[in-house]
Amino acid sequence: MTTSETYSVILVLLTALAAGLVGSFALMKRMSLAGDVVSHIALPGLGVAMLLKVNPLVGAAIALLLGTVLIWQLQNRATMTTDVAIGVIFTAALAIGTVLTPSEDLIEALFGGFEGLTLLWFVIGLLAVITIVVFVLAFRYKLILSLFSPELAAATGVNVSRLNLYFLLVFSLTVLLGLRFLGALLVGALIIIPAAIGRQLTHTLTAFLLTSSIASVLSVILGFSISRFYPHLVIGHVTLNLTLGPAIIAVATVLFLLSLLRKKI
Amino acid sequence: MLRLSDVNLLTVKNLSVRIEDKLIIDDLNFDLKSRERLSILGPNGAGKTVLLKALLDLIPYTGEIVWAAEVRLGYVPQKIDADIHLPLTFTDLFRAKCRTLKVPPADLNEVSNSIGLTRELLETPVGHLSGGQFQRGLIAFALIGKPNLLLLDEPTASVDEPGEEHIYELIHRLQDEHNLASIMVSHDLSFVFRYATNVLCLNRQRVCFGAPREALSPDVLEKLYGEPMGFYHHNHKDHLKSEPPA
Repeated sequence: MTTSETYSVILVLLTALAAGLVGSFALMKRMSLAGDVVSHIALPGLGVAMLLKVNPLVGAAIALLLGTVLIWQLQNRATMTTDVAIGVIFTAALAIGTVLTPSEDLIEALFGGFEGLTLLWFVIGLLAVITIVVFVLAFRYKLILSLFSPELAAATGVNVSRLNLYFLLVFSLTVLLGLRFLGALLVGALIIIPAAIGRQLTHTLTAFLLTSSIASVLSVILGFSISRFYPHLVIGHVTLNLTLGPAIIAVATVLFLLSLLRKKI
Repeated sequence: MLRLSDVNLLTVKNLSVRIEDKLIIDDLNFDLKSRERLSILGPNGAGKTVLLKALLDLIPYTGEIVWAAEVRLGYVPQKIDADIHLPLTFTDLFRAKCRTLKVPPADLNEVSNSIGLTRELLETPVGHLSGGQFQRGLIAFALIGKPNLLLLDEPTASVDEPGEEHIYELIHRLQDEHNLASIMVSHDLSFVFRYATNVLCLNRQRVCFGAPREALSPDVLEKLYGEPMGFYHHNHKDHLKSEPPA
């Protein structure tokens, strides 16, 4: 493995850790759907950046920032049409992104892939992971109050609207980190599925956060190993195309199915 | 010289609240002094919960709401639409509130004794608690940070009838022990007569305000609820339950 590939492996594992933590709170805040919208909104950004020949992640970051603020505004209004608006944004972003993204790059934009990282991007990624983990740890008590009851949190002095914005920004940062490896369609799943596993297996907060993070990291380790060593697994007459993103999410899904069989700890 | 009992903890002047162009509260005036126990009475949709939300600054309003500097609020909501699968216990919530308010961690033994919930129940996920246990947990949550004024929104709404009496007794005892003033939305007239020092009748506007025995005449109740009420206050403890407003 080259140094740049090692950087990539370390970063994808740390991304998994961040995704497990953020996903746990996203699940408790019942924003799995909003989470998917955030990741899909990255696609038009990727497409435009590729057309303009700039770094696709820069385009994705700008699109995610705009999408985050848009979802925050919708949350604040909390009207009956929020779900409809989110549904429209979700499909529109996917369609516009697919139209804009050059066809040779489309599969990677949608489903991710694995390639080496320069030291600069590795350090930027590392800083992003630190930001996410520090935010979740520092704001966990306020997040707990606000997801239990926004009203009680506000009565306790928490600025719930601002906290929601911070959380969405951190959520988007997690999406951005995972985008390179899992693509716009699958990155949301790395945030939500491990958290679903954690919730299935645990009933205390600490156990939930730990289990989600472990499930996420485990999915990435197993998914990475499979895509590295058996990228074209042949079963009978069928050749499985196990690139990194789909392999990780397939493993996570299997873990989730297994979790349905286990009792809570 | 100004005595403590003369100090207004809360002064509300010309308060109006509109929600989506509908006038919910119209030009309301009242005040609350130290150690007073104010009950807010009114039919469904009269604006009682909206009034508490305005007092907590959770919704926009016009007019003046002035809290005295020394007021520390504790809030007990009517119900919480919490996800029953949340892996959260009241212990988690108490800790979260202590950390958010930057006060020392709650003494769980003290909390569990004062509200009559075992340590085991405080460690149980909130979704697994009964209505009464959950409500007791919320009352304990409100007491963290040592408030001197409790805002309670129908604290027995999700509790069955025998439990209701226990919750009222618990609140009353805690108020005595901690010298708490309170503002409580309640449907229960017998509670108002027994425990409230003042009552505010609300039906978009102020219908009455004052000591319950003076303010709550049959005429006022009829005006408030729009029909004659089958309730007359008396002191026999056997007849504490009032007829609920139809």
